[in-house]
Amino acid sequence: MRHIISLLVENESGALSRISGLFSARGYNIESLTVATTEDVTLSRMTIVTAGSDRVIEQINKQLNKLVDVVKLQDFTEGNFIEREMMFVKVKAQGEGQRSEIKRLSDIFRARIIDVTDTTFCIELTGSGDKLDAYINSLHETSVIEVVRSGSMGILRGEKALTL
Amino acid sequence: MELSGSEIIIQFLKDEGVEHLFGYPGGAVLHIYDALHNQKDVQHILVRHEQGATHAADGYARATGKPGVCLVTSGPGATNAVTGIATAYMDSIPLVVITGQVPSHAIGSDAFQEVDAVGITRACVKHNFLVKDLNKLAETLKKAFYVATSGRPGPVVVDIPKDITAPHIKIPYVYPKTVEMRSYNPNVKGHPRQMKRAVDLLLSAKRPMIYSGGGVIMSEASNELRKFVRKLGYPITQTLMGLGAFPGTDPQFIGMLGMHGTYESNMAMHDCDVLIAIGARFDDRITGVTSTFCPYAQVIHIDIDPASISKTINADIPIVGDVKDVLTAMNKLLDKPELPIDKPALEAWWNKIKSWQGQKSYEYETKSGLIQPQAAVEELYKVTGGDAFITSDVGQHQMFAAQFYPFDEPRRWINSGGLGTMGFGLPAAMGVKLAFPDKDVACVTGEGSIQMCIQELSTCLQYNTPVKIINLNNRYLGMVRQWQEFFYEKRYSHVYMDSLPDFVKLAEAYGHIGIRVDDPKDLHDAMKEAFALKDKTVFLDIITDQEANVYPMISSGKAHNEMDISPLQQKIQADMKARGETV
Repeated sequence: MRHIISLLVENESGALSRISGLFSARGYNIESLTVATTEDVTLSRMTIVTAGSDRVIEQINKQLNKLVDVVKLQDFTEGNFIEREMMFVKVKAQGEGQRSEIKRLSDIFRARIIDVTDTTFCIELTGSGDKLDAYINSLHETSVIEVVRSGSMGILRGEKALTL
Repeated sequence: MELSGSEIIIQFLKDEGVEHLFGYPGGAVLHIYDALHNQKDVQHILVRHEQGATHAADGYARATGKPGVCLVTSGPGATNAVTGIATAYMDSIPLVVITGQVPSHAIGSDAFQEVDAVGITRACVKHNFLVKDLNKLAETLKKAFYVATSGRPGPVVVDIPKDITAPHIKIPYVYPKTVEMRSYNPNVKGHPRQMKRAVDLLLSAKRPMIYSGGGVIMSEASNELRKFVRKLGYPITQTLMGLGAFPGTDPQFIGMLGMHGTYESNMAMHDCDVLIAIGARFDDRITGVTSTFCPYAQVIHIDIDPASISKTINADIPIVGDVKDVLTAMNKLLDKPELPIDKPALEAWWNKIKSWQGQKSYEYETKSGLIQPQAAVEELYKVTGGDAFITSDVGQHQMFAAQFYPFDEPRRWINSGGLGTMGFGLPAAMGVKLAFPDKDVACVTGEGSIQMCIQELSTCLQYNTPVKIINLNNRYLGMVRQWQEFFYEKRYSHVYMDSLPDFVKLAEAYGHIGIRVDDPKDLHDAMKEAFALKDKTVFLDIITDQEANVYPMISSGKAHNEMDISPLQQKIQADMKARGETV
């Protein structure tokens, strides 16, 4: 089953490689991993999307918790949370027909065109992974030049928070 | 007090109470070695290979319970130390390994003797640090000792660039007595409700088993374990790593379990209805195939590392905590004049176990004129009165030592159980002897293993660590040969040790005493002589039966009740069957 795990880790060099190294050393899946510093510069926030049997997920959570650089961890999957991913897509956009078709599609998906040339658009889209997939699928496959996805980020709904 | 980085390191080690530092100098640690010069508080032991330094520090740590400390240079110094670090990691041994690093400005430039020590060791340390700021050096060292020795112990590497240790840059130094780490707070107290549930389940058992491991030794919980086991009157088995926590000669101890455990222990594991695992981690050499492991048992698991619980075997009652704390609390729950134990069931269970014990699974055949390796270990036991520190390498000799030298005290049996590192025994023995100069220390080894760190014979002379090397010399890599005999139709592929050195002469060349024995008649006297030479390192080269095998054996993919048993035990079983008894 797919799990989304959110972590607060010490903002130290090597923390990321400890975490990614754990996944490769123990043969766990990483679907995506995002990381950046938080409002507290000594902490980084990381979101890992992984998949595995219940036993494997339990081990992943325990092994992550065991890492000295991991300050706090929460598996969001059981709870109520929001998940978003951001994507840039560069597409061929030539001729009035194609250009207006892409603009129309982007409106439907609430995507934003953030860069324009005579022959291309660069589009920004945020949403669940499924939504991003659906957007790409709606584009004509020959028109996609490049796709950049951030991987998922998650946050708990309501007053609950993953903080120190 | 204003000190340079190098002086801080040495002063810190003194303040931390470190007496022995196992190391090897080189370019990146020259400043530190200069600070080591002309001081007497920290004794530096110059090994002959950095692997030896880590194993010696490891042996020291296992024997004393204190962290072992190493100092090695950058590049090859660090990589040579990796095997020893991994050995300590697998057995949860507290080590602090200081590695020199090229100067900060040169890091990443492929400088001379540069390796990414933090990167290379990441997968085999509990934690590691790269010191980037001299002002954080003392605090980082304190963190290293704290992490290494607390919770589930393990090795910690501190990588220190050369510029941090420069003699001309001095800063104020105060010994950091404690250190706070918001991300590291090991839990030591067991959950009261879980402990109550565990006690209730234990008391309801009809066929209970206690299975304890190295965690009992780590947490100094030997006395608590003894109290617990004796109060319950249940059978106990111990892992290779746990031997000695409960006395090996006590009738409640029914032998080691696992791949080469006793018949009775493994059969009892298979048949038990309640299993309590205490500071043990259900290693694959213990469980055999997990799908048929303890098929009738409800499992209680005490471990300080939550990740060890339900990793390979599901725990019905998990208790996360330090074994000593947990057993102390559980002993309190058991502290009643009369416990509601099902006594008839327990008696029937003990009778069953005694009938398995009657099959004498460790008994071995003697052949005229040939020394059996088991007999050599038995002789060692006799001569040392069972009171020596025994280190071992890895292979058949290791199993024979574990099987035939019952340990009555913890920390006496020192071997590489998890990683299985050949070459561990001699440097480990050296480390033990430094900690306990008045005790007998023997390294049970084989002609294969001993050659992996034999250079440390030189260190033994320099620092006067008179250990006894009990070399069970069968001219084969015995355990590999045994597997090839059993599973590869005796195709003995590259296991014959041709062109062996003359170990007697070799010992003499290193300034020690060498004694060769090849006749069973001479074994006793030779062993006595070796231990009578109190202040000499003695290399006892014992020429043993080449084809002796370790029994019983659980082959891979087999369950505890499907052991390969010795030809002798097979005969005993056949006789039992002929008499109409169940085996």
